[in-house]
Amino acid sequence: MNWLSQNLHIVGQLLADHLFLSIPPILLSLLISVPLGRLAAGSPRLRTPLLTGTGLLYAIPSLPLFIIIPALFGFSLRSPATMITALTLYGCALLVRGAADAFSSVPQDVRLAAAATGHSRWGLFWTVELPLAGPVLLSSLRVVTVSTVSLVTVGAVIGISSLGTLFTDGFQRNIDASIVTGIVLTVVVAFALDALCVLAARWAMPWQRAVSRA
Amino acid sequence: MNLLIEAVQWLLDPANWGEPNALGMRILEHLAFSGAVVLVAAAIGIPVGTLIGHTGRGRGAIIAITSGARALPTLGLLTIFGLWLGIGLEAPFLALLVLALPPVLAGAYAGVESVDRATVGAARAIGLTERQILTGVELPLAAPVIVGGLRSAALQVISTATLAAYISDTGLGRPLFLGLKTQQYEMMLGASILVALLALIVELCFQLVQSAAARRAEPQNGRQHRAHSGARERIEA
Repeated sequence: MNWLSQNLHIVGQLLADHLFLSIPPILLSLLISVPLGRLAAGSPRLRTPLLTGTGLLYAIPSLPLFIIIPALFGFSLRSPATMITALTLYGCALLVRGAADAFSSVPQDVRLAAAATGHSRWGLFWTVELPLAGPVLLSSLRVVTVSTVSLVTVGAVIGISSLGTLFTDGFQRNIDASIVTGIVLTVVVAFALDALCVLAARWAMPWQRAVSRA
Repeated sequence: MNLLIEAVQWLLDPANWGEPNALGMRILEHLAFSGAVVLVAAAIGIPVGTLIGHTGRGRGAIIAITSGARALPTLGLLTIFGLWLGIGLEAPFLALLVLALPPVLAGAYAGVESVDRATVGAARAIGLTERQILTGVELPLAAPVIVGGLRSAALQVISTATLAAYISDTGLGRPLFLGLKTQQYEMMLGASILVALLALIVELCFQLVQSAAARRAEPQNGRQHRAHSGARERIEA
């Protein structure tokens, strides 16, 4: 506790860095995965390559990916862009499958009924399919949120500052309190962002109160 | 792009494979260490998960453990165990075990729980003992989901074993961190590519084992198979 009160401003700065690195990939992967998932759910021919491809992406370990991405895209090793790209890829690896399952769970007769009542394809997507896919989509988004927050810490070993810096610093300088603070704060941030997802979903899908826990 | 070519050259350079401390040895170290962790996780996780799935007691605990574990940062565990236990293999072993247990537990639990209750009831009705039901009916039917749990555990352990080199010099993380310290980026990138390939190969092997288990569990019944893959997706998510 003593350590924490003396280093409050550093911890605060690292917390801000951590949020800056974890929120964009979560939003970006949602933005990319919804259309891809819809494509995969709509056409069996695209489904297998899309899902296998993104599934294999998830198999690539995070630390190596943080090093391969700058080499591929020409970012500098310690830039936030590396981190955000890598975490967006991981997010998509989980969310594309989740979105595909979500859109597949929309009953076919509902879709047909909406088409019969004169919805355009675009209108059908926004007003029928997306709201019905919402709850299943939310459960994958929550998984992505929590694992992204936890993965950000790995960047600390290559020098990208986040709450993970408390681990590498604490280890090198032999300070338990630093590491424990880092672990606790990472878990707290993960659950806080998870709760935000649930709240946002409640606001966006007011008719679905009960399902969001599932 | 140049760096990528240099990394491939580094990987193909026979000098990096020849000496006793060379890449081949690192790969074996990496696989042996990861394998040991997954074996211990399986030895603890499968019996406990199976028991919970069979009796239905302790469900809440499993769900809490698996969702909580996802938020735990592995690097944090690794470094704190490193401080407490000192430099060596114990700390990474323990940290990786914490990582591997939840998916194994969840797989064993979800697999046994997804077995049709009517099938279990039928087995009981023809006079099988509880032990026979567990080993002869539930475990074979649950096998694909159990293997799925082992698969995600193995994948995470292999990835994270790279990180373990941060506190103890073993496995493929070693050239990676050495390259980082000495700014030999081709070495770092080469080692990264090697770990990624290793993870992909292990993933593909597990996929084969999993579909073999699925074929054995449900030789003709396509519908049941879908139920299994549903459960599998749930634990993988």
